This record gives sequence, C-alpha cells and structure tokens, in this order.
Amino acid sequence: MESGLDTSAVGSAISLRMARGRRIPAAFISRRPARGITMTAYIIKRILRSIITLFLIITAVFFLLRLMPIEGYFNNYEKMSPTQVRVGLANLGLNKPVHIQLFTFLKGILGGDLGVSNRYRVKYPIIRLIASKMPLSVEIGIMAVCLGLTAGVPLGILMARSARGRGRFKLWDKFGTAIVVLVEAIPASVYYLFIQIYGTELINKFIPLPMLFDESKAITWALPVFSLSLGTMAWCAMWIRRYMADESTKDYVMLARAKGVPPSVIFRRHIFRNAFVPVVQGLPSMLLLTLVGSLYVESRYSIPGMGGLLVDVIKRQDNTVVQALVLVYSAVSILGLLLGDIAMALLDPRIRLAGKGETR
Amino acid sequence: MKKFKKAADNISEYASRGYEALSDDELFSSAEYRPEALEHLSNAGYSYWRSSLRIYLKNRTAMFFLCLIAITLFFTFIQPYLQNQKDPVRIYNDASGIQIRNRQPDSEFVFGTNAIGQDLWSRTWSGTRTSLFIGFTVACVEAFIGVFIGILWGYTRKLDFFFTEIYNIFDNIPQTLVLILISYVLRPSLKTIIFALCLTGWLTTARYIRNQVLIIRDRDYNLASRCLGTPARLIILRNLLPFLVSVITMRMAMAIPYAISNEVFVTYIGLGLPLNIPSLGNLIVSGIDKMMEPNLRYQLIFPTIVLSVVTVSFYIIGNAFADASDPKNHVV
Repeated sequence: MESGLDTSAVGSAISLRMARGRRIPAAFISRRPARGITMTAYIIKRILRSIITLFLIITAVFFLLRLMPIEGYFNNYEKMSPTQVRVGLANLGLNKPVHIQLFTFLKGILGGDLGVSNRYRVKYPIIRLIASKMPLSVEIGIMAVCLGLTAGVPLGILMARSARGRGRFKLWDKFGTAIVVLVEAIPASVYYLFIQIYGTELINKFIPLPMLFDESKAITWALPVFSLSLGTMAWCAMWIRRYMADESTKDYVMLARAKGVPPSVIFRRHIFRNAFVPVVQGLPSMLLLTLVGSLYVESRYSIPGMGGLLVDVIKRQDNTVVQALVLVYSAVSILGLLLGDIAMALLDPRIRLAGKGETR
Repeated sequence: MKKFKKAADNISEYASRGYEALSDDELFSSAEYRPEALEHLSNAGYSYWRSSLRIYLKNRTAMFFLCLIAITLFFTFIQPYLQNQKDPVRIYNDASGIQIRNRQPDSEFVFGTNAIGQDLWSRTWSGTRTSLFIGFTVACVEAFIGVFIGILWGYTRKLDFFFTEIYNIFDNIPQTLVLILISYVLRPSLKTIIFALCLTGWLTTARYIRNQVLIIRDRDYNLASRCLGTPARLIILRNLLPFLVSVITMRMAMAIPYAISNEVFVTYIGLGLPLNIPSLGNLIVSGIDKMMEPNLRYQLIFPTIVLSVVTVSFYIIGNAFADASDPKNHVV
C-alpha cells in the first residue's frame, strides 16, 4: 500500500474503518481539501448516509420479499386450497398494489411493528419474540467481547514488542501471528466445531460438562464465550500490533527517545495511545453486534438467542421473521459503523486538526 | 560521443565493483570534472518485479505455502484422471448388495465412506474442486468489476463524487446479510452463491484500485504522456495497470478463502448447494452430524483439513505477496 494516508475528516474516517478481512486501511485521498468540512457537518453527513443506506436496505428487502416462495407465509400450505391461499394472502395484505404495501410496511417499521410470525410461532408478534431472545445473546456477547479485548490487547502489545525487540526468534510475534492467521483464514464454522468437540472432551476429564448450553450451569457458558471471543481477540491483536509497529518508527517517538523519555512512558503515553485510537472505531460495532448474537455459536450450543433464531426461521422458511431479523441485523450493523466513525472522528486528534487548514 | 560512452562505462564500472574494490589512492585522489557524468542516470538495476520476486522468495513461510497450495491444486485437478478413482456421487455396495455405510478409512476407501456409502476420498477432492471453482470465479468477477469501476472512479474526476457517495452508502450494507437474503430468495445453487458473493465483494477492490489510481494518475510521467497526446486508454493500460497488479493479485488471493468460508456458512444455515454437488461446505455440514460418535469423526476431519490447508495457504500467500509488492519494502 502506498502511504498517502490523508488526514482530512472524511478521508481518514473512511480509510481507517476496519472490517475483518481488510488488510490495511487503504490510503484514501479526499476529493477536495478538507478546509470547509467541520466536525458537525461531517457527523450530520454521516448520519444522513446511514439513513439512506437503511432505507435502501428496507426497500430492497421489501422487493425481494415479493420473490419469496408464498408457502413461507402459511403454517400448513400443503393442505390449503387455492381459495384459502388467496384469502390468506388478502388477510396479510399481500394482494394490494405494491406501493401501498411498501407504505404500510414502512409505517409499521417506524411504529416499531415488525409483523407477526406465521410458521415459527403462529400469530406471535415478532417484536416480542426478539425481545425474549435478545438479553441472553447480549450477555454472552458482552462477555465474549470483554474476554477478547483483555486477551487481544496484551497479545497485540507483546507481538509488537517482540517484533521490534532484540530477541532473535521473536517468539511472541510468531506465536501471535500464527493464532491470528488461523483465526482469520479458517472459517469460523470449522474452528468453532473443533472447540466444541475437543473442548467438551477436555473439560469432561475434570468436571462433567454437557455439550449443549444450559443457562443455569455456569460451566456451559465457558466454551461458547471462549469461541466467540477468538474473533475479537485476533482482530484486536492484529490491529494493535500493526499500528504499534507503525507508530513506533514515527518521528515523534524518535524525538521522545532522544529527549530521554523512559521507554515505558513512551510506550504507554505515545505509542499505545495512538495505536489504540483506530481500534476504538471497531468497538461500537462489536458491542452492538452482540445484540444479534452469533449464528454459529448459538445454534451449535442450542443457546436460545437471536443468532440461533435466524438459523431456525431460515430452515423453517418463515418469511416475515426472516425479513424482520434481516432488518434488525442491518440496523444494528449500520448503527455500529456510524458510531464507530463518529467515535473515531471525535477521538483522533489528527482529524480535529484537519478542519483548520491545508492537509495535503 | 565516444568519450561520453567511455565515461559512462567507468561510472557503471565503479558502481558494479563497489567502492571497496578501489584502492586508497584512487578513492582519495581528487576526481576530474566530467560534465557527461552529470547526465548519467543510475537506477542501480532496480526492477519492480525482480524486487518483488526477490522479497517473496526470501519469505520461507510464504514459499512453503505456495508449494503446498500448488501441489494441492495440481492434485485436485488430476485426481479424477488417476487410476482406480471412485465416483463422488455413486453409492457403493458390498458383495451382498448392501451399501457400504460409514466404512472406516482403509486401503480401498482412503477417507472411508459416508452414511449412505459414498466414497469420501473422491467426494473430498470433488468438493475441493467445487469450492475452488466458486472461489476463483468470485475472485475473477470481483477483480474484473472492481478494476473496471475502480479505474473509472479514480481516473474520471467528474465521476468521483458520484461513486464516492454510492460507495459510502453501499459499504454500510453487511455482506453476510446480502448473502443470506439472496440465498434465501433464490433457489440454492452454484450460480446463486457465486452471484451473492460477487454482488458485494467488488466494492472493496474498487476502492483499493481507486486509491492507487488517484495516487499514480498525476505523477509526472503520466502528465508527460497526457501532454504528448497519448490516448487515455493507453495511459490506463500501459502506465496504470502495471502498478495495480499487486493490489489486484492480493485482493484475488484474499477473495478465495473468503468465498470458500462463505460457502460453508450458507450451507451451514441451510441455504447451500444440494448434496449431489459435493462441496467442502456440504461435506463439512454432513460431517457435523457425525461428530458425536468419535469413531465416525473422520468424516468431518478430512474435509476440514483440506479446507484449512486451502484457506490458510491463500491467506498467507496473499499477505506475503502484498508485502513483497509494496515498493516501500523494496530496498534498492
């Protein structure tokens, strides 16, 4: 990558956004000098963009719905006569003109009404379904994020230190890189499985552990939380190491060293603080995504949460619930990215300076 | 003219011999003034591709994985033409006409058989072919659309605003969601998966390309080309594209493991390929059913080993190539 990392408000916020799988924040040159762009304007713009995205998704989901198989609207489609199907569709309001349907649909969403389930639990309001599933997902998710951060940040620091250190073998760096590569490259579905199989067997040697999740038994929380934390951990370690390695060769660090600032202070006050800022950007997404839980982990361990619910309703072809969950999922991801970008814009001093003058 | 050539030869001789080769007398005597020497251009024998290759070859891990993946790919494609290979979808019966169910790996069935008596060895390789096919197709489509849009986006000033806004809006859409929705609405098939994966992947490629193009497009030599009236098509093909090769290759190498894991993902949530098309995804998912019985775990383990080898190799090769092709790492 070229190092033309630009520091205008818009440019940096975009270039530094990190999604898993993106290797390096690409250099992003803004289309004009950032002179006129103030923080408020940027935030307003960013919010508007998110709203447009969300609206696009809602509309797309709505139109895709028209393509879905209609048996997904009924509990016992096989036994119904064509007339019954027609009446049923009319009851659901699906025979009206498309624009009216879209309008009702949007109105329902704004009023917090996501419709009712037709197959998963007949005539049960989806919003209540979600409300009953969400807390558990959030609990497990938050625990996993905390575990991931507490393991990932020190690992990243150790990696960066050993990479720059005098040790010949750079053991920590190699060890950490191996973990990061394995977690990033091997599909989560596969390593989650192996953790479930061998983790259960291993723990079983000491204490009896059922393979599936049981909310009342604390020990059954261990493996799901551990599996979920791996992604966060690898992600954190990777970015902290990369940014710290980048920061530690910068001029201001050299200057501090030349002034005689003790290495531990340089490390804590300069390198780590600057390297941590970009990681903060990912935090809102991480926390918010715990709302929707993890598809794999929840369905593997039969955890009655949101992620398992999505897999269930897809398998049972319950159109309305799939649609509602897709909307919740996208709203949450969009909000996460939005908050991340705003946090980034507020935290990063380089961005704050950008409004004042020429940046390139 | 002749004198000039001689002087240039002298200089390059010094450069090639290095200053150590000169005696002290030569090093500390005052040099004579040669105006031609000012004109001499030295590029120290730098070649972008040679440097990239040299750095790549030095990376032992990456070389190891390159060999590993080369062997795996080669084997995957010649496997059906080897002697005594079984059919991946045929159900094998024993002498009394009963299906050979869950046979442990032995000399006849190298990876054993599955619950209905199909040969897992040939299914695994056939599945690897399917998954690689998905991966390569997605990578190529992504590269093609991404490069096309990226160049258009970066090179044409007027379109920049338009594309940037579009990008900012679409980039917020979670890719997993698109994948789920498309697979849910359309019938599960190879085309559906490829289509769903291609739909979003090119965005990132396009952005990478656009950034590169923006950096390179106004460099002096491109300005010179434009002043000389070179058509935009030629500037893009001759001056820009060679610089983009590293980005494109890196993105393609990363797209393959990504596509393969996504195939496993959609299969897992029940929207994957039908069982008569073996793929790593449905092999693994049917292996999951057997994981509670320790002696049948081979049905899960073999496909996952192949899958991990493929994805990890591409991931490491892609990263190593990106590092090697980054001119910042080229020490002249």
